[in-house]
Parts: sequence; C-alpha cells; structure tokens
Amino acid sequence: MPELIAKSALEGFSAQHLAGATLAEAEVGPITSVAVYPDGAKALAKGLKSIGLTFPAPNAFIEKKGTRIVWNGRDQAFLTGVVPPTLEGAAVSDQTDGWAVLALGGPGAVDVLARLVPLDLRLSAFPVGRVVRAPVNHMNAVILRTGDYAFEVMVFRSMARTAWHEFEAAMQALAARAAMKS
Amino acid sequence: MRIDGKGLIDRTKPVRFRFDGKDYAGYKGDTLASALLANDVRLIGRSFKYHRPRGVLTAGSEEPNALVEVLGPKNQTPNVRATVQEVFEGLVTQSQNRLGSLRFDLLAVNDYLSPFLSAGFYYKTFMWPRAFWEGLYEPIIRRAAGLGSLSGKHDEGVYEKAFAFCDVLVIGSGPAGLMAALTAGQAGADVILAEESHQIGGRLLSDGGMIGGMSAGDWVASVVAELTAMPNVRIMTRTAVTGAYDHGTYGALERVGLHKPARPNLPRECFWRIVAPHAVLATGALERPIAFENNDRPGIMMASAVRTYLNRYGVSPGKRVAVFANTDAARGVARDLMAAGVQVAAIIDPRPDASAVEDCPVHLGAEVVGSRGRLGLTGIQVRKGGETFEIETDCLAMSGGWNPTLHLTCHMNGRPRWDAELAAFVPMDGAVPGLVAVGAANGSMSTHGALATGHAAALKMALALGRKVSIDLPEAEDAPYGLKPVWAVEGKGRAWLDFANDVTTKDVKLAAQEGFRSVEHMKRYTTQGMAPDQGKSSNVSALAVLADATGRGIPETGTTTFRPPYVPVSIAAMGAGGRGEGFAPQRFLTSDQASRDRGAPMIEAGLWYRPSYFPKPGEKTWREACDREVMMVRQAVGVADVSTLGKIDIQGKDAGRFLDFVYTNTFSTLPVGRVRYGLMLREDGLVLDDGTSARLGADHYLMTTTTAAAGLVMRHLDFVHQAFCADWQVRFISATEAWAQFAIAGPKARELVNSFLEAPVDLPFMGVAPVRIGGVDGRLFRISFSGEEGYEVAVPTRFGEALFRDLLARAETMGGGPYGMEALNVLRIEKGFITHAEIHGRITAHDIGMEKMVSAKKDCIGKAAAQRPGMWGPEREQLVGLKAADTISAGAHLFVPGMEIHRETDQGYVTSVGWSPTVGAWLGLGFLKDGRARVGERIRLVDHLRGLDVICEVCHPVFHDPEGEKLRA
Repeated sequence: MPELIAKSALEGFSAQHLAGATLAEAEVGPITSVAVYPDGAKALAKGLKSIGLTFPAPNAFIEKKGTRIVWNGRDQAFLTGVVPPTLEGAAVSDQTDGWAVLALGGPGAVDVLARLVPLDLRLSAFPVGRVVRAPVNHMNAVILRTGDYAFEVMVFRSMARTAWHEFEAAMQALAARAAMKS
Repeated sequence: MRIDGKGLIDRTKPVRFRFDGKDYAGYKGDTLASALLANDVRLIGRSFKYHRPRGVLTAGSEEPNALVEVLGPKNQTPNVRATVQEVFEGLVTQSQNRLGSLRFDLLAVNDYLSPFLSAGFYYKTFMWPRAFWEGLYEPIIRRAAGLGSLSGKHDEGVYEKAFAFCDVLVIGSGPAGLMAALTAGQAGADVILAEESHQIGGRLLSDGGMIGGMSAGDWVASVVAELTAMPNVRIMTRTAVTGAYDHGTYGALERVGLHKPARPNLPRECFWRIVAPHAVLATGALERPIAFENNDRPGIMMASAVRTYLNRYGVSPGKRVAVFANTDAARGVARDLMAAGVQVAAIIDPRPDASAVEDCPVHLGAEVVGSRGRLGLTGIQVRKGGETFEIETDCLAMSGGWNPTLHLTCHMNGRPRWDAELAAFVPMDGAVPGLVAVGAANGSMSTHGALATGHAAALKMALALGRKVSIDLPEAEDAPYGLKPVWAVEGKGRAWLDFANDVTTKDVKLAAQEGFRSVEHMKRYTTQGMAPDQGKSSNVSALAVLADATGRGIPETGTTTFRPPYVPVSIAAMGAGGRGEGFAPQRFLTSDQASRDRGAPMIEAGLWYRPSYFPKPGEKTWREACDREVMMVRQAVGVADVSTLGKIDIQGKDAGRFLDFVYTNTFSTLPVGRVRYGLMLREDGLVLDDGTSARLGADHYLMTTTTAAAGLVMRHLDFVHQAFCADWQVRFISATEAWAQFAIAGPKARELVNSFLEAPVDLPFMGVAPVRIGGVDGRLFRISFSGEEGYEVAVPTRFGEALFRDLLARAETMGGGPYGMEALNVLRIEKGFITHAEIHGRITAHDIGMEKMVSAKKDCIGKAAAQRPGMWGPEREQLVGLKAADTISAGAHLFVPGMEIHRETDQGYVTSVGWSPTVGAWLGLGFLKDGRARVGERIRLVDHLRGLDVICEVCHPVFHDPEGEKLRA
C-alpha cells in the first residue's frame, strides 16, 4: 500500500517578517463550497444553524469558534474550519485542496496589499468581517479582513508560489523604502 | 556660481557626482541642474534637430533642454531632466544627442543646413527614390535627430506599482495646495498631498514673501508640521500626478529611489493609481519664454528659474544677469539677485508704462532682439525705439508671462478657455468630474488668491463629505498681475518656440503659409509640442504665433489637446513586476519537483508547467525520449500528470438537464458510475470544447474540460446558466485545483492500478468508482487518451506528490515509467484523438466527423446555428489522417499533386504531426476539403516556412487500434 504524505501548498516556505508585515501560510482546515439552490435558503439555514452560523450577506463572513462561512459569490459561500454537517438546500462541494491560504498580518499589511490589489482596502473602508473577490496582481483571490491588522488571502493552490513571491517582493520593496528613510 | 547663505540645500552634506566624465561637487538637496550651474557648467546638451548648444531653461519638470543620460550599474536611463534629477554621491551622468564631445558636436553641421531642415523637410526632401527611405534616409535621420540612447540591455531595475484611495487628492504643494490640504485635513478627510518635487512648498520656496505674518518658508514649515501630525494626511513628495482618468482615478509617478545609489529591492519608481472622489488641482503655472533671435543659448533661461536657483539652491546662474520680462512679478527676480549681491545688468521691459524705479538700469518699451556667445551667452542686443544697443551679460532671465498648469483638466477631453486679461488659457470648471483647479492653475496669480481659492475649494469638498471645519485664511500679498502679452519679437533670424524639438517661429509661419492653419495640423507639421516635454513651455506661444500668421485671434485658433501623461512615465514603472516570469502567474503541478528531479524540461501550457519528456541517460534528442515513452505506453505502462485538465463539479436536480443543454449529446441518461465523452458547441455552432463527464451520483456530475479551455468552459457554463436557466436546480464550481489526477495507460495499467488500491475494482471501460488509496479517499476513472487500456486516478491535491512518486516507482518495476507531453501528443495522434490544435475555433462537429453526436432528440447550445448552410457538407475541410515517410509539419498546407501551389488551389492544412514509432511513419491530423471521401488519395503537403514539400497518404484519422479493442480490454 502506498503511504501518502500530505503536503501543503507552500510546504517549505517559512514565515516572512518584513516592513511591519508578516507573511505565512495559513491552515484553515476543511473548505467546503455551499451553493444555495433556488428556494433552498430555508433548508440550508436549518443546517447552518446546527453549527451556529447563517448564510452570509454579500462581501461578508461570519465566524464562530474558528468556524467561518465566507461569502464567495452569488448564492455561494465557503464553509471553513469544520467538516460540514449534513446540509440541505445547497450543493456541497469539497474545496479544501483547491486553495492556498496566505495570512498577511501586521501594521504594514495594508501597504503590502496596496501594491497588489486594486481595491480600497484602507482599514476604514474594509472592516473586520468583510471579504472581497479581487485580483492579486494577475491572480483571482478571495481576501478577508480577519482582525485589526490581519488579512487572509485565498488563491488557487497551483498559483501559491507566485502569490507568495508577489507578496514577498512587495514586502521587500517596502522594507527597502523604510531603510532608505532611516 | 554658489551664493553664500542662500538656498535650502544641506551644506553640511557635500556630494560628488560626474557629468561627461568630470567630477563635480554639489550638496544634498541640489538637482543636477543646480549643481552644474553652481559649478558654472552652462552647456548641458545639444538640441534635437540642429544640435545647437543648450543649457538649462527651467527649474522644473517642464525642462525641454537639459536632458541627460543617467548611468547606473545596471541601467542607462536616457532623457532624464537635469532639473528633476537630484544629485547623490556617485551619480554618473552624461550629455546626449551628440557625435564627438559636447563642446565640438560634429552633428552641429545640421545647424548650418537649417535652411533645408525646416518644418516638413522629411516630406519634401526624402520622397525620392522611394527605396532609399528605409535603407538610407531613415537611419541617418534617426542618428542625427534623436535624444538619449538606451543600453540595449534588459532593465533589471526594481519598479513598483501601487494603489491608493483617499477623500481628497491635492495635486501640488504651493500656497493653494497647502491651504487646501490643511483645510481638508483639519476637516478630518483622508487627504493625499502629491508634490512632484522633493520639497513641499512649490513657488513659496522660490519666491519668498510673507504669509500670516511669517516668512513664506516658516509658514510652509509650520503647515508641513501640522499635516505630518495628522494621521489622515499622507504627504507624497517626488510624486507627479500624470493623468486624470474615469471615476476619479489619477495616475501618478513617484521617484522612489532615483535620488539615491541603487540598493537591492529599492524601487526606482512607483506608478500609483490614486482614486479620489475629490481632487484639488494646485499645480500653479508655467512661465513662458519669449521668442527672439537666438533665444536658445545656454545662459538664457526663465526668470522664475533664475529665482528658484538663487533662493532654493543658493546658485546664481550668472555673474551679470539681465532680465527681459513683461510682468511686474518678474521684477522680484532682479531684486532678489541684487539683494544677494549679484549684478543685474539691466531690466528690459516691453511695457512702456511700467515702473522704471529699480536699483539697476531699466529699459522700458524695449525688447531683446538677439544674443551672442556660441557655447554660452556673452551678450544681448536690445532694441528701444529705433535704436539697437548691446548689453554684456552671461545670463538672461526672460518671462513672457504665465500659463496655468491646467493639463490634467484636459485629460477627459475638456478644452480650456482663453482669458484675455491673463493672456492665457484657464481651465473650464467641471472638465474632470471632482477636480477643482485653484490658485495659479486657475488664473489666481497672487499668493492671497492661491490661499483663498485653495481654502474655498477644500471647504466645499469637506462639506460634500459631510465634514465641518473652521480655519482662518492667513494674510498674504494680493498684487495685480500687470501683463502685456509679448509672444515673439520681430526679427529676421530664427527665434525658438519649442526648444525640445527645435521649432522656430519661422516653422510655424511656414506651416500656416503651406496651409496647415489648424493648430493640430501645425503641431504635426512642425512637431511643435511633440517632444518629451510635450510643449509645456511652447504650446501657447506657438499658437499665438499661428494666430498672428493666420490673422485670427487666439480663442478662434484654439489649442492642441493635452493628453496623459503630464510628465514622461517609464513603461517599466507602469508594468512593474511584469518582466520575464512576472508576466503571468505560474501554475505548478504537485508532480513538478519529481518531474524536474528526472531532468524533464518543463513547457508552459495554459500557465501550467508540464513535463515535455523524461530523458534517460544516453538519449541525445527529445525524439529518442519521446519514441521510448510512446513504446513504453504501448507495451507496458506509463504514468502522466493530467491534473491540468479542467474539472467542474456540477450538482442539483437539474444537473443532467443542464449538461444535456450544454453538450450536443445526452448526459441525463448516463448511469451513475459511468463516464461519457461529450462535445460542446459555442452559440455560433462551432466546437467550443470536448471532454468527458462522469456521473458520480443521481444529482452529481464531474465535467472534465481540456487544459486550454478550462476557464473558457467555466465562463460559458456561467453564461448559459445565468442567461438561459437561472431558475434551474443546478450549481457548479471549479474543482480543478482540488484534485491531483494521474493517467495510467498501457497493457499493464490494470495491474499497476490494482497494486495500490485498498480493494481492487473491476471497472468497465468508461466507468468511475470511489477508491481508497493508503487511507485516502480518491476516484478512479477508466478512460483513455492514448488508445491503450487507461485509467485516471484522482486524490486530494495535498497527496499528489506522494502518489505520483509512488506510481512512478511501481511503474518502473513493471517496465514502465513517466511520459511527457510529447509522448502524450504522439499517442493521441496515433489514436486520432483531437485537441485544441484541431478544434481551434473554426471547426464544426461535422468537420471532425462528430455530427452524429449532435442529438436529434433535444436542443442544445449551438445546435440551431450548426445547421446553417455552409456549416457542413463536402465543400468544408474535414478531419483526416495523414501518413508520410518524410518529416511533415503542423501549419503546412495541402494541395493536389500536380496542381499549381497558390492560395486558390489550397485544399486544407495540417494541425498536428508526430513521428509514430508504433506505425513507423510520420503521422498527422489535418483538415482537407471533402476529406472523408478522399481517404486513400495522395496529397501534397507544402510548408513554405520550413521548406517542406512531401507527398502524403490521406488516411482515416485513427491509425492505432481502430476497433478500440485495447481500451475496452
């Protein structure tokens, strides 16, 4: 029998601390796509209630004890951090391995994001609990504001290395700017 | 020369820099221009066309003359404005557009040829013989008329691009901009204050004066301190706003590291996209030169520039300065110079009624009519009344008045308005939504006017943002402007308008005379305003001369269009990070490292990196590896990573109905646990994609697309769903990235598969089943793209690498191994399977012999369109196989042997070829007119690009196992 060793999308990439920002691979547990059918909202709400969640409004996510439901598109959300209970009224599809999740934190994180994302992610404009689907340079991404200075960026797993490189390059440039001033 | 005690430079920080091989000293805070002038270097460049000696004209980004090359360790940057480039320790620069040395430029001969080089000379002179243009004339002209040169190497410098958002963008930090920023900032709005220079203050740094009872310098310092302390205000120096675009978006170029020696990771420039609902245009005004004979000598410069060099950099550009100006404001230059101990030779003022009271000779009603000094000004000729006399001077400060810097207001096609009082164009209100021009940019020329308009604009914006603020307006001078327009002085010789492109008043008059009376035509005929400076100093003067020459007023003559960017923007900054591998994301397979470990060259396919072939020791060419891998699959077993194929998870009660709608054939009848090949059409009836879909459950399908069309198909499904059947009970999501999937093909495939499954399965051809592999849930498909018995096994992506390595180890014990894209391609050609090489967008189901797959029992996307006349029939080119003994090529065209080879006799073309070790011949797939009826014919394959001319046999496309016994085994 083969022994299958699991490897994360960014196996071997160690966290980077630069320019007041920290970049690391995040482990969010299972990721399940929940896509509500027409007229399925009621049935789905019942199932979500069992884990203390409701279907999120557009561009929002709801978090309860490490479990999140993240709006992801029209009638679609990602349930993360939990093996999903039986859910009626929605198409349920495992997405766990489809995504690489990068955690970007620290007071410098907004400046790093401003190098790659053409959206208004100022702390005042993008509060905690908000999520957007936005390009990270040329990659489609899902970006969450998870804390005062904490963001999570989900990209297609195959592009994880490119995403890492682009964030790292932005951080290096910011660090070089800061060093120039001192 | 440097003036003691003057300027904002840091005299405690001397720096050494180089210009044309010679070292000079300057101070931190100097620009290259100020530092060279401090060293009495006046000759800095050669002009564009006539190679006339040129010096510094201005002290800002509008500089047309003093362009140099900056030489870095890795870059050579041409056309750098010496007035913008700050000096730093180790800066190396050189002059440009010369042949030989700067002092003895051999191409200065052009100046003597100037009678032949007037406007439109290209069109008149080089018309004949036609063939000489490309070979002879153009290279010579390009060599002679040019600006800086490039190194010819890639620019490996670091560049950055960034996005910013704010409530109020203030462009310019003179009195108007500072007052606006202060007001909006105190109101609590998010403010970005962008200043293109390295210091805040704008003209206050040059002109001095008093504001609110303190010196202008102290007022600037106090406002900067206040703004810096506000968390809602961001000050961006060295940042030029370059363009105004839709929806309150502004482009801006920040010079990040250009004033420092290169450091690792330090961006040279950053291109910003700033989004602001409100913007204040406080860009001030640009002083305009006066055209008189030989007004382009080094030492003749703008009066405001002389004042800036004196007050801001502590440099007097001359020892004996003359002033030629038609405004009261320019008198300040003379007064400042005298106060600093610099001799002022004379003030020449064309206004007969102006004040004559100055501490130097003043000539009223007089004009400068000429100059002398080959490499630098030594004297001027002045005409007063009927009399002409000489004045000895090494620096002439000239001013023909001011043009508001309104360029940004024209970027969305707004046209400025002529203000006769100011003798200048002023912006139209609302030309760019949200952008309000204030201060001199809007024609309010006094300091008081600047403060008041900046204040008022910001108050309005604060109000619109729902914010309140109360802030007092400081006292400042409110002197009248007092200008009498003087554009050009009458004279016989050449008087320059556009210094950068060597356009004189004669050229403009010639254009008018030759019928180019429209300002846009004159511009293009003379090239006025088309140099890197975009005519900042010359546009208004040139059209005034044109207006005069055509007997019209300036308002009727109109102005040319200002377009972004306001200052030159390097492409490297706009495309920051996009060079080389940064051009597009790279997608890596879980098998990537294992493939590279085996020496596989990786090729890019739909952003994915896939192994081309797996070389073995002793194999000298890719063909040897490919042939071996093909035979390995045919005789034993091969393993290939096929994770790149698009996978779409489709669920819902209407999932089958949905697939019936998007595929030509039926899927609702597919039993659970089975897979079916499907063909998908576009709305226009042409083939979109092909692939297999598996039924995993009653309401659950998994669609597989080709690698190339994965995104396209997903988009198509979204469109069909949203446009035609949004109320159906169906949902789908891409699962491409969630699964690592490997093809296992060959006579020993089943043996290999059963060796790693927890429980062996007896899967029929086109079957699918859930499997467990080492405790992991996976899926097993029995499908084949090679013509052999084939399986595809899928596991969650995180297990991909482990499974791939395990599969290779197992395969190798059975005489098998990995195979790459080359072998995969040969295998499928042998089997006659199509890819997007065949279904390239102009192909119908009928063309590929799949018309029977278009179900007659149901409708589907593209079905109606596919039945149009011309979409099927013998007149179309149909898929055929080709067989030849000699090398054939994809892209070649097919002809009937014996017929002439030209476009009209073209019978078709070749889409895929490969050497088939199985058949022992070159095989190809292609499209041939009425091809299916011509199997067995001989056809001539011609490839003009590769010089091939081969006779082929037309075959049925399936060469290998036509009955399909092997894959069903």
